[in-house]
Amino acid sequence: MFGPVAAPLLEVAHVSQSYPKSSGEAGPPVLEDVSMNLREGEIVALLGRSGCGKSTLLRLIAGLALPKQGLVTFAGKPVIGPSEGVAMVFQSFALFPWLSVLDNVEIGLRAQGTPVDETRTRALKAIDVIGLDGFESAYPKELSGGMRQRVGFARALVVQPKILLMDEPFSALDVLTAETLRTDLLDLWAEGRMPIKAILMVTHNIEEAVLMCDRVIVLASNPGRIAAEIQIPLAHPRNRLDADFRLLVDRIYALMTQRPEPKPIGPAPASSLGMALPRVSTNSLAGMLEEIAAPPYNGRADLPHLADSLQLEIDDLFPVGETLQLLRFAEFEDADIKLTPTGRRFVDMDVDQRKKMFGDQVMAFVPLASHIKRVLDERPSHRAPAIRFREELEDYMSEDYAERTLRAIINLGRYGELFAYDENAQAFSYENPE
Amino acid sequence: MSRLTAIASLGRRALPNHWDLVALAAILAALVAIVQVFHGVATPLPGAHVAAISLKYKMLPLYALRTTLRMFAALAASLIFTFTYATLAAKSRRFAMVLIPILDVLQSVPILGFLSFTVTFFLGLFPGSVLGAECAAIFVIFTSQAWNMAFSFYQSLRSVPRDLDEVSRGLRLTGWQKFWQLEAPFAVPGLIWNTMMSMSGGWFFIVASEAITVGDTTVALPGVGSYIAEANAQGRWDAIGAAVLAMGLVILAYDQLLFRPIIAWAGKFRVELSASETVEQSWVLNILTRTYWIRMGFRPVFAGLRSIGLWRVALPALPRMNAPSASSSRALDGLWFLVVGLCAAWATWMVVAYIGAELGWGDVGEVLKLTIFTLLRVIILMALASLVWVPVSVWIGLRPRVAQAVQPLAQFLAAFPVNLLFGAAVSLVLAFDLNPDIWLSLLIVFGTQWYIVFNVIAGASAFPNDLREVVANFRIGGWNWWRRVALPGVMPYYFTGAITATGGSWNASIVAEYVKWKDQTVAAHGVGAYIAEATAKGDFPRIVLGVAVMSIVVTIFNRLFWRKLYAYAERRLRL
Repeated sequence: MFGPVAAPLLEVAHVSQSYPKSSGEAGPPVLEDVSMNLREGEIVALLGRSGCGKSTLLRLIAGLALPKQGLVTFAGKPVIGPSEGVAMVFQSFALFPWLSVLDNVEIGLRAQGTPVDETRTRALKAIDVIGLDGFESAYPKELSGGMRQRVGFARALVVQPKILLMDEPFSALDVLTAETLRTDLLDLWAEGRMPIKAILMVTHNIEEAVLMCDRVIVLASNPGRIAAEIQIPLAHPRNRLDADFRLLVDRIYALMTQRPEPKPIGPAPASSLGMALPRVSTNSLAGMLEEIAAPPYNGRADLPHLADSLQLEIDDLFPVGETLQLLRFAEFEDADIKLTPTGRRFVDMDVDQRKKMFGDQVMAFVPLASHIKRVLDERPSHRAPAIRFREELEDYMSEDYAERTLRAIINLGRYGELFAYDENAQAFSYENPE
Repeated sequence: MSRLTAIASLGRRALPNHWDLVALAAILAALVAIVQVFHGVATPLPGAHVAAISLKYKMLPLYALRTTLRMFAALAASLIFTFTYATLAAKSRRFAMVLIPILDVLQSVPILGFLSFTVTFFLGLFPGSVLGAECAAIFVIFTSQAWNMAFSFYQSLRSVPRDLDEVSRGLRLTGWQKFWQLEAPFAVPGLIWNTMMSMSGGWFFIVASEAITVGDTTVALPGVGSYIAEANAQGRWDAIGAAVLAMGLVILAYDQLLFRPIIAWAGKFRVELSASETVEQSWVLNILTRTYWIRMGFRPVFAGLRSIGLWRVALPALPRMNAPSASSSRALDGLWFLVVGLCAAWATWMVVAYIGAELGWGDVGEVLKLTIFTLLRVIILMALASLVWVPVSVWIGLRPRVAQAVQPLAQFLAAFPVNLLFGAAVSLVLAFDLNPDIWLSLLIVFGTQWYIVFNVIAGASAFPNDLREVVANFRIGGWNWWRRVALPGVMPYYFTGAITATGGSWNASIVAEYVKWKDQTVAAHGVGAYIAEATAKGDFPRIVLGVAVMSIVVTIFNRLFWRKLYAYAERRLRL
């Protein structure tokens, strides 16, 4: 319906990006050698876990940041700053709280010097298309999340962009609102009532990607790179309960839980300390094990099913699953997660036994834990400041990740009673408070 | 609300670093330069020809108006300073390296110590004209307001929400557009709150700066401050009473007619996801926004301002994208450090040479000793005030009805310039032949203790209800309750109040340790009296020395003591 396919509208060629350190130097890579494109008439999803660099990639495409290496081309021209013809919708809506709905929609046009009358006409039309009639004079604070995001869409559409970029546009909304907005957007798209030629959306919701997109690009983490590209050949409107739909969802789950083949990248001992740990509550770990052990799963659970029944997003589900896999309590197999013998034994234990076993597994399989313990043993005072380990971690990962990993190891260590941590002194030790 | 108060650069490391030394040297050198340029030899500056101050009651409204106008002139100057200085510091990393420490030191420096310099400077600028004296008075108020306003603005500019920043860049707003559409509106709530706090403090300084004697030059501008000085000189109790009443009415009017409406209006600039539970109300704003004619009249004005804010003018944006190549940037940094370092060295040398020409190490030791007296005085009195007011304020804060009635009163007392009453208080010291070293000390915390009161009341009112229920449920009482519940609960608020109060006390010491009543002068031993006396005599090297030592001690005291405590409370005790 868009005529012969010409050159892609947008092309990303061999792009790499690093985290900036606060000192200004380039830190560890966040994106590595990413290439992709976007053609007229398609909706493409960038799917990945939090921290895989999908939002960074979107910002490079939007011209909000420049890549360290590689090139982004839009409509045949290299992107060197925010370009006309690209508009973005934000997860947090990003509305100006001091401007009314109408003013928020108008600001993009006013800023470019469009005459006041023309601005008003176009803004009112966009408000009408997006279903915001009657809310023109309201302030964002008065609106519900769904209505706020509609303002975000209207603001993006009014500048008549060729490409619409969406950064997890539905993830801050409740389930029902999100579904309404998705359907409305797909309807507008199918009816050709929006001037846009292509949509690129970032999401961590697998079902959302399969529901909306023609193509799903799966990103892997640390460093972010393209893991797979999957065509979704289903016709709209799609049904989530369709066998084909479920099959695609299962396939993507399997792709995303695959253990990355050990790749010799970065500094040599990347396998040991350079492992970023997610912040996971030990209660969720135990709870997940119990859930999988109990009927109907009996030790082996289908991930989409598990996520659905526990009402967990993959950003909640995967860290728990991965931590369990790291500690050898459970392991992923295709789109399933199943308990190991150790995991089964853990479920049957009482609290003290569980803590003991947990501590042993952490010591055996988390190199950072054994490293901290070794340092504490070596020092006569048996105390070590957290900054020492934080700096070591920062050699391998960004400052945020180092902080999170440190928090995670403190949590695991406390639960397993491996070491104590004094928040006031910011130091590890063996002593517990008097 | 007290969270919005800008406490100087808490993010920075607490210990004074080399940038603080640079800042201090620059400030003192500027003072010395002023004196040398305008004071030259010992010729007395021609005083302005101002009508003598009359103590007739009917003159008071006029005087009050003049005083208020001076306040607003200073406010305008502070706003202009804030918008330029803070913006420059926020947008240029290199400027920020110098500008922010200067602000930081200026914030903890006793402003009243500058009085003599500003009077000298402005009288020299406009010899024989009232304008010079007016400018000097306005400048003193300006120095009491501008720093924390600029700080608040700077901090807001540096913490603009990332998504809004990205939207503005995505919509390709120019620097000018982005400033007026995003950065300035975002900074409004913090700026308004700090402006209000500054204005409260300003009344104290206006009273102190309207009537001043520097050596042979005496200036008495028509205003409430001069009126009170005259009343003190004549020992007229009734006139003091009338002035206190007039001042009270002015502060009340300014609060109700100006700041309440502005704060209520500024509510819409707060970036938060949900509508806040407590919406500030103002009857004046309600009248204004509900009146059809006024709204219609203002509509074109607002539309015009909006269009101006959307002019496509390019301003340098925050340098965030690709920084220039590291090597050239480092070379420039090196050059910049060199320039700043040389300037600082030259400034230090100039200050030392100026002081050294007339004074020796003995004087330095003497001033140091006096500063320690004043330091002790401030510490002891802050401790006493805390001991009295924290329990009382907690008691009040936990009772919403009482708190509602007391809170505005405490804010009013904090704004009220108690130096109006110093003369009267000293007459008592004279009458009962009391020891000035002890009794004048009380004046230091006279006006500043209210900052502790209203901050602690706010803290106690904000104490979460579920925790209160836990306390009741487990029957925690007595000393345990104070130690484990109440005090940790109000601690961050207490520190906010105490930091403000201590800063105010240092300033107050310059006025409070050296007071005149009729033809008598009562002085205590302290650096405040030293500076005040030197000012009265026009002895500039001594003023520079006194201000320098006091500034250094105050800065170190703030850094080593308050800031650490405050950071600790923020980290561990913020509920």
